[in-house]
Amino acid sequence: MPQGLYLPGADVWVDPSVAVGRALVTHGHADHARGGHGATIATPETLAIMALRYGVAEGAHPLPLRERLDLGDGITAWLAPAGHVLGSAQVVLERQGERVVVTGDYKRRPDPTCLPFEPVPCDILVTEATFALPVFIHPPIAGEIARLLEARAANPKRCVLVGAYALGKAQRVIAELRLAGYDAPIWLHGAMEAMCRLYGEWGVDLGDLRLVSEAKKEALEGQIILSPPSALNDRWSRRLPEPITAMASGWMRVRQRAVQRNVELPLVISDHADWNELTATIRELSPAETWITHGRDDALVHWCQTHQLKARPLDLVGYEDEDD
Amino acid sequence: MEDFANLIDRLIYTRSRNGKLDLIADYLREASDTDGGWALAGLTGGLDFPAVKPAAIRTLIGQRVDPVLFALSRDYVGDTAETVSLLWPQPGAPAAPPGLSETVVALQAMTCGSVQTDLAALLDRLDAKGRFALLKLATGALRIGVSARLAKTAFAQAFTLPLDDVEEAWHALEPPYAELFAWARGQGPKPDAAHRPVFRAFMLAHPLGDEQVDLADYAAEWKWDGIRVQLVRMGGQTRLYSRGGDDITASFPEVAADFTRDGVLDGELLVRGSHQGGEEGGAASFNALQQRLGRKQVSARMLEDYPAFVRLYDVLFDGGEDLRPLPWHQRRQRLEAIMPHLPASRFDLSLLIEAADFTALSLLRDGARDAAIEGVMLKRRDSAYSAGRRVGLWYKWKRDALTADCVLMYAQRGSGKRSSFYSDYTFGCWTAPPEQGGELVPVGKAYSGFTDEDLKWLDSFVRQHTTNRFGPVREVEKSLVFEVAFDSIHESNRHKSKLAMRFPRIARIRRDKPAAEADLVATLQAMIPH
Ligand SMILES: [Zn+2]
Ligand SMILES: [Zn+2]
Repeated sequence: MPQGLYLPGADVWVDPSVAVGRALVTHGHADHARGGHGATIATPETLAIMALRYGVAEGAHPLPLRERLDLGDGITAWLAPAGHVLGSAQVVLERQGERVVVTGDYKRRPDPTCLPFEPVPCDILVTEATFALPVFIHPPIAGEIARLLEARAANPKRCVLVGAYALGKAQRVIAELRLAGYDAPIWLHGAMEAMCRLYGEWGVDLGDLRLVSEAKKEALEGQIILSPPSALNDRWSRRLPEPITAMASGWMRVRQRAVQRNVELPLVISDHADWNELTATIRELSPAETWITHGRDDALVHWCQTHQLKARPLDLVGYEDEDD
Repeated sequence: MEDFANLIDRLIYTRSRNGKLDLIADYLREASDTDGGWALAGLTGGLDFPAVKPAAIRTLIGQRVDPVLFALSRDYVGDTAETVSLLWPQPGAPAAPPGLSETVVALQAMTCGSVQTDLAALLDRLDAKGRFALLKLATGALRIGVSARLAKTAFAQAFTLPLDDVEEAWHALEPPYAELFAWARGQGPKPDAAHRPVFRAFMLAHPLGDEQVDLADYAAEWKWDGIRVQLVRMGGQTRLYSRGGDDITASFPEVAADFTRDGVLDGELLVRGSHQGGEEGGAASFNALQQRLGRKQVSARMLEDYPAFVRLYDVLFDGGEDLRPLPWHQRRQRLEAIMPHLPASRFDLSLLIEAADFTALSLLRDGARDAAIEGVMLKRRDSAYSAGRRVGLWYKWKRDALTADCVLMYAQRGSGKRSSFYSDYTFGCWTAPPEQGGELVPVGKAYSGFTDEDLKWLDSFVRQHTTNRFGPVREVEKSLVFEVAFDSIHESNRHKSKLAMRFPRIARIRRDKPAAEADLVATLQAMIPH
């Protein structure tokens, strides 16, 4: 299986899973961005995120949105916002009037922490398929945030511990809490601090953030705490006052997934397109051909076929959601 | 229906027993009595809608969702009701959701002919959560970790009533238990359970500590290692109840069939035989009884190989007469008078132990070799039969525990408060001395007996000595010795070692002892009672 999309004439890869000479990177999640490329072409925000995660690398080539770049071999590339996380972009490749769009990860819902997805009509659409089953319909985020705030209010002696990925999900949950009028400090696991600060530096105001490690146990009663999902049931959480374990993820739509993770308060919040968004986007862009990657392809390929749309799976290695 | 759906949803995600109790009690207080009654019946498996079959639901969804997409989704979700609830296409402007009572009445009215349209009409009016609750309720498959006992406890908690009264009244009524709610809200009399084959709460014993009792005040009898049962025959119906009040009549039809005298008796259900080396015609060990437990249907072979009988301890009702207020010694006389009227092959009397004094009794207890004896019961001679565990009336005095030194092999995380701790331990013994090439094989599993301090220490031991992971299980370096205590040990096919411990717990962590000096499997085998 290939380790990313490769354009041989221009000798450039899109989101390769191994270190290569030249890479176009859609966004900073580990399953798309990795360190060690000779040259990395990405939005300035994505490059900043990569520098934070992997250390400052040689060969960073910032490509602002919509700015055109000649890749050679007659190919021009430009980036369009994907609405996934800060700095996330779709890669648009053009040659002789033909256009290919690689969506990377995307969503169509509004997100206060990043620019909205921009539909780019194209001949070939390479779409992600993380939640490509019709059971995955993400509810409006306002309702999920309301449930989180209700759980907090109903349990003044406990805290609500929300598992959320450190890049993107955590900041979106915080920003949505602020939009819902929640002004109190929000407490962070140490692993989230740097990324939240980076978001702040790029103009995303997240309000009063504090570190759990600096608080006494009693001070955390009735508070909202964010940690990476891996810390939810681990020793770290023992210092917290009777945490109500919540998890912000699109997978929480399925009960068994939540139960397996010992989650008491599943919040169906995802930064990916749900089934309706995936299918609506394919319809809207009506590409001559759709290539499906990054997730499960079977249901979406079947849907395309039943709608007389040409589609095929694209098996690429190395994609394991970091960011559901 | 929305409130009920929320209750179901939250029960699924709530692990702790108290959390579940609070959720159900809150619901019962807020809901209308009829909704509350139907909810209780649904939670405890007391509802059956014969027309609503899984096949009917699959047909319904097949008409609305692409079958390939349904199959892929079903594979992923792992549960048909949940998959249907997520995929059901909700109409643009659905009618208001039905209430729980309306839903139950509609489900009851459905026939094989009408289920397709009527069930679809209900599904159309609900959101995904509501559809899930509806489908689970309709197919009687709620299975959300709520036992009948838990639901009754929640009811008692909701209306601050004694659980035993609730229990007794409950069994006398049919869903939606209108009289139960009327009584709970002080608007009606306590429902009368007389002449109905309902469960009455057991009288239970306290463990005897270091104290001694005077045998002039207390009668001594053997404590048998079976399962405590209540035999009820009233109004022409016979029931067999387990200690938790579950109806186990179907698992032991021969016992029910032979109990033809009206009344309520308390005894120990045992299996007859010499399978475990017991005396021919006597009681076999608990292991033999296990062959019979939890079976919904009993084969003729089972009845022959593991014939059950009841060793009687006490009488609660004789005919319709409630004997519970009488002192123990009078009830005992009544029980002895009943015995000749019962078939001796199926019922016998638990004999009293004659001992001159407590010291003599202690010697008798230590000398008891019968595999089916778990210890001694001490019953205050003037005690009425009172529900629950009251101080000073009945004591259980178990035989001293057996112990073995075993090596920790695997650990798994606990649940609830312990979900961040590796608190379930599998331990093993040597097939031969390790220097002669012996290997460790698992002999049991324990998750109690240690202090919170020990637990912290054990948890970090497991994390620091993990050698392998299999899903939630960690294999650890075979270096830590536990002194494991257990009530008895039997042959079993469940473990590779062919041994099964009864009530194993970690008595001590033997950090001082090298793993190579732990016990041999043969040592444990020698503890199997003969
Ligand atoms: Zn991503
Ligand atoms: Zn991704």
